[in-house]
Amino acid sequence: MTALLSVRGLKTHFPVRAGALRRTVGQIRAVDGVDLDIMPGETLGLVGESGCGKSTLGRSILRLIEPTAGQVIFDGIDVATLDARRMKAIRRDLQIIFQDPVGSLNPRMHVGDIVGEGLHANGVRSRAERDHRIKEILAAVGLDASAAGRFPHEFSGGQRQRIGIARALVLRPKLIVADEPVSALDVSVQSQVLNLLAALRQQFSLTYLFVAHDLAVVDYMSDRVAVMYLGRVVEVGTARQIRTNPLHPYTRALLSAVPGRERQRIVLSGEVPSPLTPPSGCRFRTRCPMAQEICARVEPALDAHPSGARVACHLSH
Amino acid sequence: MTEPVLEIRDLRTYFHTIRGVYRAVDGVDLTVRAGRTLCVVGESGSGKSATALSVMGLIEAPGEIQPGSRIRFDGQELVGLSDREHRRIRGRDLSMIFQEPMTSLDPVYPVGHQIVEAIRAHQPVSRKAALNRAVELMALVGIPSPERRLWDYPHHLSGGMRQRVMISIALSSHPKLLVADEPTTALDVTIQAQILELMRDLQKKMGMAIMMITHDLGVVAEMADDVAVMYAGQIVESGIAEEVLTNPRHPYTEALLHAVPVLGMSRDEPLRVIPGVVPSPLEWPAGCRFAARCRYAHERCAEPPPTATVGRHQTRCWLPVDRSIGTGSATRTAAAGEVNR
Repeated sequence: MTALLSVRGLKTHFPVRAGALRRTVGQIRAVDGVDLDIMPGETLGLVGESGCGKSTLGRSILRLIEPTAGQVIFDGIDVATLDARRMKAIRRDLQIIFQDPVGSLNPRMHVGDIVGEGLHANGVRSRAERDHRIKEILAAVGLDASAAGRFPHEFSGGQRQRIGIARALVLRPKLIVADEPVSALDVSVQSQVLNLLAALRQQFSLTYLFVAHDLAVVDYMSDRVAVMYLGRVVEVGTARQIRTNPLHPYTRALLSAVPGRERQRIVLSGEVPSPLTPPSGCRFRTRCPMAQEICARVEPALDAHPSGARVACHLSH
Repeated sequence: MTEPVLEIRDLRTYFHTIRGVYRAVDGVDLTVRAGRTLCVVGESGSGKSATALSVMGLIEAPGEIQPGSRIRFDGQELVGLSDREHRRIRGRDLSMIFQEPMTSLDPVYPVGHQIVEAIRAHQPVSRKAALNRAVELMALVGIPSPERRLWDYPHHLSGGMRQRVMISIALSSHPKLLVADEPTTALDVTIQAQILELMRDLQKKMGMAIMMITHDLGVVAEMADDVAVMYAGQIVESGIAEEVLTNPRHPYTEALLHAVPVLGMSRDEPLRVIPGVVPSPLEWPAGCRFAARCRYAHERCAEPPPTATVGRHQTRCWLPVDRSIGTGSATRTAAAGEVNR
C-alpha cells in the first residue's frame, strides 16, 4: 500500500532578527529534518512537549507555514512546491482542526457561513446546494440545523470545537490534521469530541494526523505514534509498541511522566534546550540518563529496529 | 488520622454581578489534615479556585463570603478577619502557589530580591541572613547554581524554574498549609513530573499539609491522600483518595473517571460521555445539580440530596448507596485500577 502522505526531510526554520537593521542572527529550527508516512485510513499520533515542533510540522504539511526545505508528498504530488492555484485545489483534501475553538472561529460570521466558506471557495455556487451540505455536516457533528444561523459565541467550548470539525469536514477531505483538538476542553466535553472524531473517521473514511501532548489521548486515538523532540522524530511505532515497549529513552521518560500510573518513574533532569542552538549529535543527550560519548558526536538516524519500530538512538540498536 | 489544619464548613462565596448573584461556592465542607494532601478536583466553573481564594482571604468585591461560612485554620477563624489580620497569617502559616508563576512574580525585580522580600515580610532577619536563606531555599527546590540565579529576572527562567521560585517563596516561612491552585497545569508533562515529585519530597521534609486544586485525575492519583470532587459549587463526593478513585459512589465521579482515556485502553471502547454542560452558577438547579446529566437520575433527584456517609466516603446523592455503580467493561475497570496504585 502506498502512503497517503509522505514527508521527507522536512525543515521549517524561523529566522531570528535583531538590531536596527533587523539582520538575521540565527534560525529557530522548529522542524529540522522530519520523515513520516501516513497510510490511507490510518491515524498517526504525533506527540511531544511544547516547543518540540509538532504543531509547526502539522501546519507545514498544509503550508499554513511555508516549509524551508523537504518534500510533502500527498496522494503522489509534492505539495511543498505547488503554486497557489494548485495548492488551493489540494486543500480540499487536506484540512485542519485547531486547538482553540474560540480563536479559530470568526466571531462576526454566522456558523453556517464559517462552515460553508470552503464550499464557496471551491466552486459550490448554488446557495441551496451549500445550505444542504452545511445542514448535512452540522448533523454529522451533532449540531442542530438551527446552529447555522447563530454566532460562535452562542456555543459552549465543546460545541465550538464541533463547528471547527464541521468546517474541516464539509469538503470531504482525505486527510485531517487535528492539532490538539481537545486540550482546551474540560474532561467531560473532551470525551464527547474524541468519540465524535472516532465516529467520523469511520463514517467518512478519514486519515488523521493527530497532534497532541497527552500520551493517553494519543494512544487511545492512534494506530501508530511518532514521538518528537526538539524538531526531530525520535521514535515511531505502533501505539501498542510505544506504550508497552518504548525504545527511545525520551519516549520512556515521557511515558513514565504520565501522572497516576504505576511505573518505574524516570524524572528527567533539566529542560528542553533551545531550538536556536540544539545540542550536537543526539539532541536529547543533554537530558538523557544513558548518554555516552558517541551521542555528542554523531546524530543518530531514525533507523528500523527489529521490533518493527523506527528509533533514533545509538543505544537502542 | 492526624489533626485537622483547615476545616471549612458551609462556605458560600457569591459574586454580585449585573446579571445576578453568581454562586460560585455554594455550601462547601472540607477538611485538610496535618501533613496530608487533599486534592480538590473539578472542571472549570465548579468553584474549586474560588474555594482556594476564599481560604487565602483573596476574594475581592464583587465577591463576598456569605455570613455563616466558617473557615477554621490552625484553631483560628478566618472568615471576618480584616485584611491586615489576614495578611499576617497569609505568607506565614498559610501559603499559596498559582497556575501561572509568571503572573505571580514581579517582572521588574530579580527573583532573589522577591524571595528575600518574602522572608523579611514575616521574619525579623537582616537582609544578609535573608539572602543566605534565599540561596538555601532555591537549592532546596532544585534550582541549579542558586547564587547565580538570585539576580535573574523572572523572564530569564523557564516555566518549571519559575514555579520552583514560587514554591521557594511559599515555603520560606515554613507554612502549615500550602494551597496549590493547578500548579502544574501550565507545564509540560516531564516538568510536571519534576514539580510533583518536588512537592511530595518537600512535604516529607517539612511536614506541611497541602490543599491542591486540580482538574486532572492523574494528578489526584499521584498526589492525593484525600480527595474532594466538586461540581456546581458543591462537594459531591469526598474521602480517602484511593477509595474514591477505585470505588466512586457519586455518578459524577464515576463518569469523570470513565471519560478520560487511560494508557492501553482499547479503541473499540468509546469514552463515557457526560451529556450536556455544567449548569449556570447564576441559577443552579433546585434539586441535585448533576441530575440533568446523570444516567441514574430518577424522580427523587428533583429534591436536593443530603450528604450521606458510606464507609469512609461522603457522597451527596439520592441513589441507594449499596447499588453497584460502575457499568464499565473489564478493561476499563482494570485501567481504573492501574490509575490508583
